[in-house]
Amino acid sequence: MSEMSFAQAIRAALTEQMRKDSRVFLLGEDIGVYGGAFGVTEGMLAEFGPERVIDTPISEAGVTGAAIGAALGGMLPVLEFQFFDFILLAMDQLINQAAKIRYMFGGKVSVPMVVRGPAGSGTGAAAQHSQSLEALFVHIPGLKVVAPSTPADAKGLLVSSIYDKNPVIFVEHKLLYKIKGEVPEGEYTIPLGVADVKREGKDVTVVATQIMVHKALAVAEKLATRGIEVEVVDPRTLNPLDLNTIVQSVKKTGRVVVVHEAVKMGGIGAELASSIAESEAFEYLQAPIIRLGGQPTPIPYNRTLERCAVPQEEDIEQAILRVLD
Amino acid sequence: MALEAKVEESHISDPLLAEGKARLLGAYLLMWKIRRYEEKVEELYSLGKVHGTMHLSIGQEAIPGAWSLLIEPDDYLISHHRGHGHCLAKGASPDFMMAELLGKETGYCRGRGGSMHIADVTKNNLGANGVVGGGIPIAVGLGLSIKMKQEKRLALSVFGDGATNTGSFHEALNLAAVWNVPVLFICENNQYAMSMPVQRAMKVAPFERAKAYGIPSAKVDGMKVPEVYAALKEAVEYIRAGNGPYFIEAVTYRYRGHSKSDRNLYRTREEINEWRKKDPIDLFHTYLIENNVASDEELDTLRNEATSTIEKAVEFAETQPDPRCEDLLEGVYAP
Repeated sequence: MSEMSFAQAIRAALTEQMRKDSRVFLLGEDIGVYGGAFGVTEGMLAEFGPERVIDTPISEAGVTGAAIGAALGGMLPVLEFQFFDFILLAMDQLINQAAKIRYMFGGKVSVPMVVRGPAGSGTGAAAQHSQSLEALFVHIPGLKVVAPSTPADAKGLLVSSIYDKNPVIFVEHKLLYKIKGEVPEGEYTIPLGVADVKREGKDVTVVATQIMVHKALAVAEKLATRGIEVEVVDPRTLNPLDLNTIVQSVKKTGRVVVVHEAVKMGGIGAELASSIAESEAFEYLQAPIIRLGGQPTPIPYNRTLERCAVPQEEDIEQAILRVLD
Repeated sequence: MALEAKVEESHISDPLLAEGKARLLGAYLLMWKIRRYEEKVEELYSLGKVHGTMHLSIGQEAIPGAWSLLIEPDDYLISHHRGHGHCLAKGASPDFMMAELLGKETGYCRGRGGSMHIADVTKNNLGANGVVGGGIPIAVGLGLSIKMKQEKRLALSVFGDGATNTGSFHEALNLAAVWNVPVLFICENNQYAMSMPVQRAMKVAPFERAKAYGIPSAKVDGMKVPEVYAALKEAVEYIRAGNGPYFIEAVTYRYRGHSKSDRNLYRTREEINEWRKKDPIDLFHTYLIENNVASDEELDTLRNEATSTIEKAVEFAETQPDPRCEDLLEGVYAP
């Protein structure tokens, strides 16, 4: 094991796979000399050259289409969006094209590509550079959606995403980039569709995604001193979704809080809560399911407003106490 | 003697004739197959046998007729919603195309795609596209893969005049130019994007737009196989020599409406009839006769062959099994 940041773990996954497999290459805005807006691809141009670390013009739709074409032509493109918000410029290519090409063509081709980039709020970047849009993509059959919370998960899941034969939307919460964690040495993969219990506990299940995993873990640590044992489950991939791990946890604790940063209405939390309610865990529930999510507002610029637009540790703590009440 | 020499000379100066009789007759047969296929699916639609809408390219056959002589099996094709002719030109079987239009399990897309999404992966035909302009960047990406893998083939991107007003087109052309990828762009300018005439939709013609991005381009009479062929030959040679993308605008005309909902309110019967006088198959027929490539009888035989091929395709398709609801989700994700 060695300690590295979330950004370093992503870079390690990309670098190792590019060394190993000539089909893997990168496209994106300012990913070359600049190293990416968040420094994820720093140094990769020097190692792999401009043929495989392709700095693109600002043409999100065109470049996404080009990644699709390259995938159809036998390559394994990894496309960086400078901010996840800009993915909206490429929705036709991702949703009408990438997600549907295989099905429309009778299952006879595949589109193995990864679209990755920084999402989420917390940096004062305001409404057009701070969104959490993952639920849009979860809704689209043909796409997979991965949303890791730790460096180790990010690395293993990214390798799986690169070799997955389907278009994968890989969401990186920008506040996670500097978070450090232990990462196994060398190459390894984590399969898509397997949740991870980040902390075991018997009193309440918190299903949390991305940055909320860390907030939930901090709250769990605090409540442990008061004798409340919180189990934190991270789905890690939102489609495919590992409902079984979540259902088993809820059957054990009988109480559940679901938390994500994305806007609560129509968010993945709604899917999780209703799936739990539809499952065998329903009969084990001792309290109504609580969902926490972003407020129904664009992300504001002001630091205080930005903070109260998305769930914070105190919100998670209160929700846990409420569900235990 | 002098006259004979002159004829020979003109044969040499016309690159199309150098293709030889067999290949020229192959293109002629293809054009009739396209027309007969589309006339047939129109008939099947009116009989209620084709479930969804369709976009017919009748009147535009010279363009696929010409490129069928220059595009190799290894080359990729990305086509558009009016794409039956492209599919046939890339070597697709009318049987499986017809099965697809009837929604059959054995159709090219297992009945999941229909008219707007026919692809024949075995022939490197990566499909028609239902979103105007949507396929153009994908073709550029195929070009990028060809370049990265140092392959010899090219990617053919076919689209209409309407597509040249989409952002996808402009982004894709710029990328193709700066990446210098082997993509042949063919704009089938049939002068209407559904009901919107080209004159009202753009002030700069498609081939001029390509030039603006640094891509060499030419505009040709898309009703005349020899003209389209000559321009395409130059383009294909340019691309295959490793020089990067090339753009051809072929001006043509669709006789039928945009789709089955079209009542032709935006153009006159007279206009359609004027264009029908320049019918691409008639013009090619005359060309083949005048250049002593074939006799009327030979060409009539080919037309009849096309008719019977399409009749047989319908017979084949009608006997094919329908997809089953149990298999609905197959193909959404690759395992």
